[in-house]
Amino acid sequence: MPVDLEKILRPVDRPMAPFPAKYVTLASGDDMVIRQVGRDDIPKILPYVAPLVYVERDYYDCVAARVYAELLAYYRYRMQDEYVLVAQIDGELCAVVNGRMVDERVGMSLHTLAMRRGLRIGAHAFAAKMEYHIDILGQEEVLVVAESPIGFRRWMIEYNLEKRFEIPHELGGVPSYALTRELFERARGTLVIGRRPVPDDLMAKAEADILPPSDPPTPPEDLLAATRSKYDPTGTALMLQRWVQEGKVRG
Amino acid sequence: MRDVYVAGIGITSFTRLEYPLSEIAAYPVMMAIKDCGLREIDHLYVANMGSGRVNHQTGLASAVVDTLSLTPSGAELIENGPASGGSAVKQGYMAIASGLCDVVAVSGAERMREVNNLEATDLVATLTHPIAEYIYGVTLPSLAGMFTRLYMEKYGVTERHLAMVAVKNQRHALRNEFAHIQQEITVEGILDSPEAMTNNPYVADPLRFFDCCPVSDGGAAVILATRDVAESTGRPLVRLAGVGQASDTHCVHEREDPTDLLAVRRSAARALGMAELAPSDVDVAELHDAFTILEIVESEEAGFFPKGEGHLALERGDTTLGGTLPINVSGGLKGRGHPVGATGVAQVHEIVHQLRGEAEDRQVEGARVGFTCNFGGFGNNVVCMAFVRE
Repeated sequence: MPVDLEKILRPVDRPMAPFPAKYVTLASGDDMVIRQVGRDDIPKILPYVAPLVYVERDYYDCVAARVYAELLAYYRYRMQDEYVLVAQIDGELCAVVNGRMVDERVGMSLHTLAMRRGLRIGAHAFAAKMEYHIDILGQEEVLVVAESPIGFRRWMIEYNLEKRFEIPHELGGVPSYALTRELFERARGTLVIGRRPVPDDLMAKAEADILPPSDPPTPPEDLLAATRSKYDPTGTALMLQRWVQEGKVRG
Repeated sequence: MRDVYVAGIGITSFTRLEYPLSEIAAYPVMMAIKDCGLREIDHLYVANMGSGRVNHQTGLASAVVDTLSLTPSGAELIENGPASGGSAVKQGYMAIASGLCDVVAVSGAERMREVNNLEATDLVATLTHPIAEYIYGVTLPSLAGMFTRLYMEKYGVTERHLAMVAVKNQRHALRNEFAHIQQEITVEGILDSPEAMTNNPYVADPLRFFDCCPVSDGGAAVILATRDVAESTGRPLVRLAGVGQASDTHCVHEREDPTDLLAVRRSAARALGMAELAPSDVDVAELHDAFTILEIVESEEAGFFPKGEGHLALERGDTTLGGTLPINVSGGLKGRGHPVGATGVAQVHEIVHQLRGEAEDRQVEGARVGFTCNFGGFGNNVVCMAFVRE
């Protein structure tokens, strides 16, 4: 008897309430919309994640590689109970965050990938993700880890996360931290902010298209330059690359 | 005394640097040597505050002079807190003016991001009075916060004025490829929007996040020379025309009026007086805006605006690029960054850049007289300098 393997391999997602879009005014004065995207939007996002796989700085390479795999797995039905939120300014993609439900009570934060640095863009996107788990999905806690020191500062320190070291996190099996409902309530209004509903014009721009990040972290022309720069006392290697990229000098 | 000229300048990016401190100090000297072509250096002064504690390296000048292959030239470290850079340039000035040397290199460098922000803040806090201030938990942001509150009450400065300084200097920094902060901000985003409290939280009330300079790594250097030597380089002649230094009580609370920065007032008057200039002669200034309030107050104490009216000049746009007296067009400490030992030298670098007319899209049109104010401690040891393009 023929067996349809896809029926075995494809996970069956639990019903998950949608994330109601919100917007935040950044220090730059720009209004950033944070909204949920579905599977059909993933192919638009992947090309903007891929180049970051080559950015060694701040663990962008690790995070981007994992985000790429997680988004692809979501798109191709190889990940269960996943959701994806995006942050956009005038349609431009500024951050991607994702996570999944472990069970009704516990959420698993996967990644926060900021494509424009500074202005707390990543922090706002992470906060929206926590809001989704606690307020919208009604979970009691979210398991969190950080690959980069910046993530550690933003999540572990700012939210004063609790240790759940007995639980290996899905990202690399490292010891987990947890954002509990109580910690979330303490952060509400200070770290977790934003306004609803999103004005129609802002929402229309965001939904019209996911535009490429205008100033994403750029990979070095020479992929090993960041490693070599540790031994470059003058910093000229990285500066030279930047100038080459900007067309100021010829490589 | 002999006249002293700035013959060469060099700088690194102000950011997080992974290189050894001695090399962060050496690289801008190499750039400055390349800038002016002078290879015979009689003496090297290196400005730094935290190498012994933060980088576990003492005798920094000895390391740098060897890194540069300048041995057997003399070399020494100058430490004067955040005014180390200004003090080192002053030492270089004295060496040439006195006839002791013909060519002197001055480098300022700091690698502070080797430690976290709390440790960096603590390092700087150690320059406060150990018994009367430090042991009570005083830090520079806390002193600046109390100072700002007093200033607001006395002169009507508001948080909006502070935000305007931050916005201005970060906007200037966007035109400086070596600046640490390459991020435009708006008053709406950091003060007016419902999210402003999260975007721009209080650090030391009434000072907020965007009122404070970043912790940076970086280095800057200048080469000082006699007139004959400077002329031989073929580079534009910029004379270090006036140097002033003044001190004030170690403890801020011992000052008759804590809102007066007398050391700034006195050192600025000395520098301008020595150069036979009036404050109104100055075309471009680099002031020590470790906190936004300081730019406003220093602009008054230097005599550019009447006491208590610096914020009004800011409102009028006088201190913005294109205004009557652009201040901190490099981005200042707020935008360019503040590697403590490097800051005073970086200020000189910017002014020379401006007076040479080589500052490209942040050039102050027709600038011929420049001024720097390097603020040590909480205003207890200040070095000001005046420069003239000849």
